[in-house]
Amino acid sequence: MTTYQDYQIVKSLDEAFQSLSPGEDLPCLVAGGTDLLLELQQGRHKRVNRMLDIHSIPELLELKIDNNQLLIGAAIPVSDIACSPLIKEHAQAVSDASALIGGPQVRNVATLGGNVAHALPAADGMIALVAMDAMALIASPTGFFEKPILQLFSGPGITTLLPDQIITRFSVKMKEKGEGSAFRRIMRPQGVALPILNLAIWIKRDRELIQDIRIVFGPSGPTPCRAVLVEDVFRGKNWNSALLQIGIDAISSTVKFRTSKNRASAEYRYQIAKYLFTQTINDAWEKAGQDNNNGND
Amino acid sequence: MAMINFFVNGKFIEIPTIEGEMLSDLLRNRLGLLGTKIGCNEAECGACTVVIDGKAILSCNYPAQKVQGKHVLTIEGLACRENNESENLHPLQEAFIRYGAVQCGFCIPGQIMTSYALLKQIPNPNIEEIQYALKDTLCRCAGYPSIIAAIQAAAANAETGRAIESPFIPPAQLGGKIVGQVHIRPDAVLKVTGKAIYSDDIKFEGMLHARVKRAMVPAGILLKCDVSKARVLPGVISVLTANDLKAERNHGLVIKDWPVMVGVGEQICYVGDALAIIAAETREIASTALELIEVEIAPLQAITDPVDSHNPKSRLIHSQGNLLKHIKVRKGNIEEGFEKSDIVLENTFKTNPNDHAFLEPECTVARLNPEGRMEIYVGSQIPYADREQVAAVLGISEENVRVIGQLIGGGFGGKEDITGQIHAALLARETGKAVKLLFDRQESLIVHPKRHATQITVKIGASIEGQLIAVQSTLYGDTGAYASLGEKVMTRATTHSSGPYEIPNVRADCFAMYTNNPPAGAFRGFGVMQSAFAVESMMDELAEKIEMDPIKIRKLNALRVGSLTNTGQLLKESVGLLECIEKVEKALFERAGSNPFTPVEDPNKPEIVRAWGFAVAYKNTGLGGGAPDKAGAEIELLENGVFEVRSASAELGQGLPTVLQLTAAEELGQGTDAVRVLLSDTDLTPDGGPTTASRQTYVTGNAVRFAAKSIRQLLISELSERYDVSPDRITFIEGLAQIGDQKVPLGKISSILRSEGIIPKVLYTYWAPETKPLGDGGNMHVAFSFAAQAAFVEVNRFTGEVQVPEIIAANDVGFAINPLGLKGQVEGGIIMGIGHALTENFILNQGHVVTDRMASYRIPSIMYTPKITSFIVEHPTSDGPFGAKGVGEIVLIPTIPAITNAVYNAIGVRVTSLPIDQEQILHHSQIMQM
Repeated sequence: MTTYQDYQIVKSLDEAFQSLSPGEDLPCLVAGGTDLLLELQQGRHKRVNRMLDIHSIPELLELKIDNNQLLIGAAIPVSDIACSPLIKEHAQAVSDASALIGGPQVRNVATLGGNVAHALPAADGMIALVAMDAMALIASPTGFFEKPILQLFSGPGITTLLPDQIITRFSVKMKEKGEGSAFRRIMRPQGVALPILNLAIWIKRDRELIQDIRIVFGPSGPTPCRAVLVEDVFRGKNWNSALLQIGIDAISSTVKFRTSKNRASAEYRYQIAKYLFTQTINDAWEKAGQDNNNGND
Repeated sequence: MAMINFFVNGKFIEIPTIEGEMLSDLLRNRLGLLGTKIGCNEAECGACTVVIDGKAILSCNYPAQKVQGKHVLTIEGLACRENNESENLHPLQEAFIRYGAVQCGFCIPGQIMTSYALLKQIPNPNIEEIQYALKDTLCRCAGYPSIIAAIQAAAANAETGRAIESPFIPPAQLGGKIVGQVHIRPDAVLKVTGKAIYSDDIKFEGMLHARVKRAMVPAGILLKCDVSKARVLPGVISVLTANDLKAERNHGLVIKDWPVMVGVGEQICYVGDALAIIAAETREIASTALELIEVEIAPLQAITDPVDSHNPKSRLIHSQGNLLKHIKVRKGNIEEGFEKSDIVLENTFKTNPNDHAFLEPECTVARLNPEGRMEIYVGSQIPYADREQVAAVLGISEENVRVIGQLIGGGFGGKEDITGQIHAALLARETGKAVKLLFDRQESLIVHPKRHATQITVKIGASIEGQLIAVQSTLYGDTGAYASLGEKVMTRATTHSSGPYEIPNVRADCFAMYTNNPPAGAFRGFGVMQSAFAVESMMDELAEKIEMDPIKIRKLNALRVGSLTNTGQLLKESVGLLECIEKVEKALFERAGSNPFTPVEDPNKPEIVRAWGFAVAYKNTGLGGGAPDKAGAEIELLENGVFEVRSASAELGQGLPTVLQLTAAEELGQGTDAVRVLLSDTDLTPDGGPTTASRQTYVTGNAVRFAAKSIRQLLISELSERYDVSPDRITFIEGLAQIGDQKVPLGKISSILRSEGIIPKVLYTYWAPETKPLGDGGNMHVAFSFAAQAAFVEVNRFTGEVQVPEIIAANDVGFAINPLGLKGQVEGGIIMGIGHALTENFILNQGHVVTDRMASYRIPSIMYTPKITSFIVEHPTSDGPFGAKGVGEIVLIPTIPAITNAVYNAIGVRVTSLPIDQEQILHHSQIMQM
């Protein structure tokens, strides 16, 4: 079955927006396409006639620090993200999550932009970006605008982006002293290689004080969301094991997990969430504390 | 017209774009670079991996237009890339050959290209880096340990510049000059260079592409099948339905009950039933035409559980009833046995269906040759059975059908039944053109027979000292919609259901039941995998109950020479079970101390607890049960001095050509260069029988051995007369006959004989020793292989996750004819066993296949490779070639219960259904305390 009729690779945003001009049969945007092309081939996505490949637009490939922000181009292959020292330094959760997306060959093609635009509730890269409180820079025919990443989603597989809007990059605040992040997930060896549960945590600490924290479980709802009530347990408190237990209890009472047939029951997700949370928060806490030892800023 | 400009293997290519084309199709269909394989076409298996600008990429999911301006490297571009000599293999290719990493070969181009990209990035990778890089490049033969070793050897070569050295692999204990020594596969070079041809690589001028309309409903009556719209779609050449069947309407290996196509008014028995077949100019057109066929089906209630199916109130799936066969084993008096027992335990176990998931999907090319005979190009485990079944449906004589067996990209029992052979032949006859029928992965998962899902209840009675007194088992096997080999598989499950133990009182009843699930048939282990899981779990339960060491209780009860099996067979020789147990036991104690079965917590990771588990197994060699078991082999001395060995026996990757080559070379006093093996052509090779039941080394091996002895005698008597030299002064040495004091090249001898009208060729048909049907007592099988394994598991107490980092195995194979191939079988069997225990869950929902993609039916990746310690035990069987018996299946059987027993030892949860479900492990362990 022919997946699409026309596949156009554009080299600039201008060229992209020419093809996205209104009135015509609007093309479907594709970056790595590793998920999208399969969905088309397998009839899980509505048929499209035209595809607009944006993976080689220079603005989407930038990776740099600018004005205290780490800028991550939306079309950088995730294998490059996984081995970038810059991303490891400033957004460890994104680095760790990227190393786990798909398989090695897929990572050489797949992009973070695609991972986010696919809008699955447990996409590893996306979950990590949410924990990093990333902003997405979006190009549209009328200009650029920024959106907090959480405002990009309106349902499972559905974004708030219009068909002629392109995510060009994500920005994450540069790491400051006392900050750290971690990402972990739990899989099952049978069935589709999606995490049963994944978790990204970002922490800002001052010695034993948790100044700020962001916690994101996936999947925990139709769209990605932060476990804000669990965060509230920790924010402004001193780190200790009693606090950890209160946080764990807050997961059971405030985070919404569901049952996925043939994959995991909600009960199982709640059980493993405790373990996953303990591991991940310890990890993030230690990373946030590393600066205290080596003075690295 | 838009053009794509890029480089392939250094060569500039300019080629027009085609709508929707993926790079793999461009490479294969338009550039003829057939080394890039399509295993799943869904970006899961890695077989299609090529290197683009230095990075490994899946070409099946990479739009061709994206290669604009890029450099693509395929397997064809690898050899002699480092220098300009034409014959030089890349170090990776050389290492893959020498380390035995090549088996069926289908994944090998992808493995090598993925490895190539890795070495460019990390010149000297460690095991973890190799596993990380090759995680999604799957090998169903599971040659992962050898692949890892080969990559490291190639990396070392790049560093030191020294030639790739062969690894040390122990030869047979009493090896011959040739047999029992390490030799590389005759087809290895073709497979590492991408030149090996599989069925989908075959093309003919004007070839049409076929597709099959499937019922996709598990049970119903076909009310309407209107193909008129499909027929008139431009590009469609022919559409056939059951109305077009003029002769035999069914196929089947034992019972012909599987409709070639279901006709209007007839019953649909499973989702994969064929309703119509289409031949069109392109696969795309044929696929579009499928959607134009209008089908109406009156659904019937689907019966999907074998126990339900046995209920007399259940709907009859077939008119003769739902019971395919009630299989019985009786020995002693079971009631008395349980009365005498101090301990009686009972438990019920369930195994799930499994898919073979060979990486090469089913493919047939059929065409009428210029003489009007039907030629079938197919990778088949039973070429002569294909011939018979195709001829019957076409209504022509078998002589008018030629099956030309192709390389097989994995079989494991899944390429025994008919898949596309008959459909392709019908369309080829109808259209007069060559027709290719290739299954996509989804069709493969839905259509071909699976491993029998089986429910097994085992009741075990023993003395307080651990002596087994009585074992009773009740099995319900789900044989699915059609018979396939169900009766045979479930017979093996039943006769092996009390384990490799001597037990005075045995009773086993198996009900092989039809259901509306996909048919179940042959799969490596052939029923014994299922019953071994049950009985070996019970042995551990018994050992715990009487506080006895699990190894000791097995030793106490193990079959040995002089034992009488549960079917009444007196074992006179070749029972290496005790030695297997002792070998594993010794290694286990050295590795893990004297209490390997007690759980050990990780001091640094409180969530991790580890323990070992133990299990044993046996598996018959050969068909047995009174079935005549024979194989034909022909050997001819060609004019170039090469002996050609011919037999229609299938090579699935297991290494049969090597076994036959070494056997003939040994008998003929030749090196391997002087022996060539031709397999699986029904015009050119005599029937070797089915490649099943671990029988080829034994049966066809013997046929070749005796054929070699015969041609040797033939040559000696001819030469003795011609040269007037006494026969005892004639010997054969490499390439030459030593005739008295004279040395004559073999090619010359062949020419001389031919010039006198004598073709130096013999045909030998070997009949395995007679066996007795089940129930008659006596020798039900010609031989058994035995095995013991210890598995080390790591269980996460907080998530239930299970890993298997280490396996110790011993297999009694009689004699290791081909040690390098044997290593591949042992490692691959263990990893397939790990897959069955941990990853492989073929899920059905009311007869519908839920796991209908490679992405959802997961086979073990390289990440599951354990450290393997393997012992080869050789208790020869006197009638086997050089003492050899089968090995293809035994290797996988004990792995599964060894793992589940280890899980019990680690965390106290008895696994009663497969695969191990981490959620259930956690649920039952009830220790969520953090």
